[in-house]
Amino acid sequence: MARHRGRGIASINYPIGMNLGGDPSQALVHSNPSGKFTVSLSSIDLGQGMKSVTRQICAETLGVPVEDVYVDTADSDTGPHCMGSFASRGTHRVGNAVMAAAKEARGVMMEAAAEELEVNAADLETDGRGNIHVKGAPHRSISTKDVAIAAQFKQGKTISGRGIFLVPLSAVDPETGEMSPATCYAHACMVAEVEVDDETGEVAMVRMDSAYELGRALNPRLVEQQLVGGAWMGVSHALFETTEPYYPDPRHGPRDFVEYLMPGPGDVCPHDIAVLERPAADGPFGAKGPGEMCANPILPAVANAIFNAVGVRIDDLPITPEKVLRAIRAQGGARAQARR
Amino acid sequence: MLELRKDIFADERDDNLKEIGKGTQRQDMLGHVTGSSTYFNDHKLQGMLHLQVLRSPHSHARIRRIDTTEAERSPGVRRIIRGVDVPRNLNTLLSLINFGKDDEPTLAVDKVRYKGEPVIAVVADSPREAFEALAKVRVDYEPLPAVFDVEEALKPGAPVVNETYPKNTFTYYDVYDHQKLRFGDVERGFSSADHVLEQRYQMSPIEHAPTETNGSIAAPDTNGRYVVYTSTQALFFSVDTCAKILDVPSNTFHFIGGTVGGGFGGKVDTLTEPLAILGAMLTGRPVRYIFGREEEMQFGPPRGAERIYIKDGVMRDGRVVARKVRAYFDSGAYTRLSSYAAVKCAAHLPGPYTIPNVYGDIYCVFTNRTPATAMRGFGVTAMDFAIECQMDKLAHLVGMDPMEFRILNAYRDGDMKAHRREAKNTALIECVQVAAEKAKWPLREEFKRMSSLKDGGGARAAIPLTARDQPASARSTAQQRTTYDRAPQPAAGAQPPHPTPPPPASPQPAPQPAHGAIRFSSVFGSRRR
Repeated sequence: MARHRGRGIASINYPIGMNLGGDPSQALVHSNPSGKFTVSLSSIDLGQGMKSVTRQICAETLGVPVEDVYVDTADSDTGPHCMGSFASRGTHRVGNAVMAAAKEARGVMMEAAAEELEVNAADLETDGRGNIHVKGAPHRSISTKDVAIAAQFKQGKTISGRGIFLVPLSAVDPETGEMSPATCYAHACMVAEVEVDDETGEVAMVRMDSAYELGRALNPRLVEQQLVGGAWMGVSHALFETTEPYYPDPRHGPRDFVEYLMPGPGDVCPHDIAVLERPAADGPFGAKGPGEMCANPILPAVANAIFNAVGVRIDDLPITPEKVLRAIRAQGGARAQARR
Repeated sequence: MLELRKDIFADERDDNLKEIGKGTQRQDMLGHVTGSSTYFNDHKLQGMLHLQVLRSPHSHARIRRIDTTEAERSPGVRRIIRGVDVPRNLNTLLSLINFGKDDEPTLAVDKVRYKGEPVIAVVADSPREAFEALAKVRVDYEPLPAVFDVEEALKPGAPVVNETYPKNTFTYYDVYDHQKLRFGDVERGFSSADHVLEQRYQMSPIEHAPTETNGSIAAPDTNGRYVVYTSTQALFFSVDTCAKILDVPSNTFHFIGGTVGGGFGGKVDTLTEPLAILGAMLTGRPVRYIFGREEEMQFGPPRGAERIYIKDGVMRDGRVVARKVRAYFDSGAYTRLSSYAAVKCAAHLPGPYTIPNVYGDIYCVFTNRTPATAMRGFGVTAMDFAIECQMDKLAHLVGMDPMEFRILNAYRDGDMKAHRREAKNTALIECVQVAAEKAKWPLREEFKRMSSLKDGGGARAAIPLTARDQPASARSTAQQRTTYDRAPQPAAGAQPPHPTPPPPASPQPAPQPAHGAIRFSSVFGSRRR
């Protein structure tokens, strides 16, 4: 009886946004009289960090510090329509809507600044620290706060913008399946190393090495949070979880987290991640979306690693110790494949 | 540990940005780490009542009689809600984008179609009193034969799960019982291949397992409006769904979401809001309806099971020349969103590879289990499991390194994808190369030099000659329709093979878009063109 190590790989791509498009999101951006901006959304932040990503997009587009932007979400009276937080669409769809709204607001802000500085708006630029100045002449400058005050109380202008992003709905040919499902795709490759106990059938994660291509990592720390969490959600799907352990027999379903098992802290292993950025033509600053796709490649990578370790193919998820042990016994013991 | 590989695709980016690309602390971090972020269930309203539902103990049964006499007299009970109290007690989520037929009641009326289906709701002063009253409801059921296996459900004589779809499959384009993908000639591909491998893959349902279960609180507001605190993942989706079911204009509601304690796709279905609001409407008091953990785990929608058959033809040199896929999405008793995922799944074939002949049939099948819904990777996760296990087996079969095998078959810029759009902005090869580097997995020099930017297109950009299936008209059978769907137009001069069936008796008045829900144009295919 022994423990056998093996490595497996999988590579995948993933479509960004609702299949076929037709899923708009809107955003409103406005400044208060002190030059602080509010982004109004009906979109929902599920914990993935959409508030933070759209905040950075808005600040970058306006040319103001991120601290000067606050993102307000999830209110049907104040936030304009958004299709919802699903289908890896938050960063791409909502991000684009916020970008469009911020561009419009920036246009008004620059016009108001131009009037105060008595120059042409086209000759102005923002420094990203809360000032607007004449290109090549940083001393001819005005703060965004003073611009906001002047716009509101002197010029009678609203520094605000509206944005919508819509990928037009694609038709589907019923005969061939011809369609335009998505405008961009994220990519990933995962290498999983596992250890299989041929006495118990248990599979332990040893290590993960991965590469993800996401268009642009708008906030690398939020990306890391998604990629690490997503991989473990995938491990859990691969090795632990089901609401119907004897599917399609519906009986003996778990009712709580005592009966429905997931990996715990003792199961965690190192995960070394590389992020590649090939900007999408229609992504906000090229961004796609890491949300869903990062949970996918680990499932087959683990299954392939188990084969490499003990020579059995488990094609039914989840890959429980019972299935592994039965398969090892059926082939007359573990048969380690070429070590990779 | 995360490493940004700025050296790759560097000439396609402007990295001179001020806020983008920075690891700025999240806006809501302080609230989260100090435990002061507000969730829907943090709203404790004065006079708040509690709603719970009675769930079916049977997977499939006719409801003969419901007796609530004793429950109504139970202490603390304010209101019993039955199916007849729901203004429009039949809905399908994607009716908001005009896809599919209304097939699911908020509270079961004639039949229950899965174990756990809501039958009666009780609104009481406390959760305990609500549960005690539920225990006093008497329902007389006549159990019916049930079907749990997707392929059994498709056989003639299988129990009909959901009368809206009497063949136990979702209906695509009015005529097909599956979504098709046709590209090239797979049979010719198989006959020219050195090896052919056919395998079966199966994924069981899984739970989203959010820390916060599904729930909402609805309260009467001033001027006839209702404020709704909710854990929804899609605010306007929920607003419009409630407006339809409760048959009021959508601006009757002020929905407030906010921090959500985990979604992953399990909070799109608007499961609690319609009844919470109806409870508030009927009692004039705030009403809270939140799932317990067992409800969330067994009766909240899971990621549905999928069964996938893949048949591949591969050459000795490692090129995959044909891929044929038959997949079954187990939708459970009602459609929810599985029908849409099947189309997404077809678009995903044959995975991120350039294969000259691809064939896919994707079925959305009804069985007597908890309806499935979206979950992270919807329509793709199980297919990726199947495809990538299959790729590993094919590499093994031809004696190739599995990394190099994927690089060899990877799609590249300019290639034609099976859904007949050109591949652009691809990066699979680079991901495999970088992952190999990270894992210290040796690749031969020629595979290290390959690129997504090179050697795509050309002959790989062609759309191959593709045979059409038999005409669809012969398959058109007596499906029931709602007024959302137009009957298919028979071809000029042709007689329909069967008399057109009469429309079904609608349990509700003919649906009019008077509820204020946004109606997009018809989503799919033949109806638009």
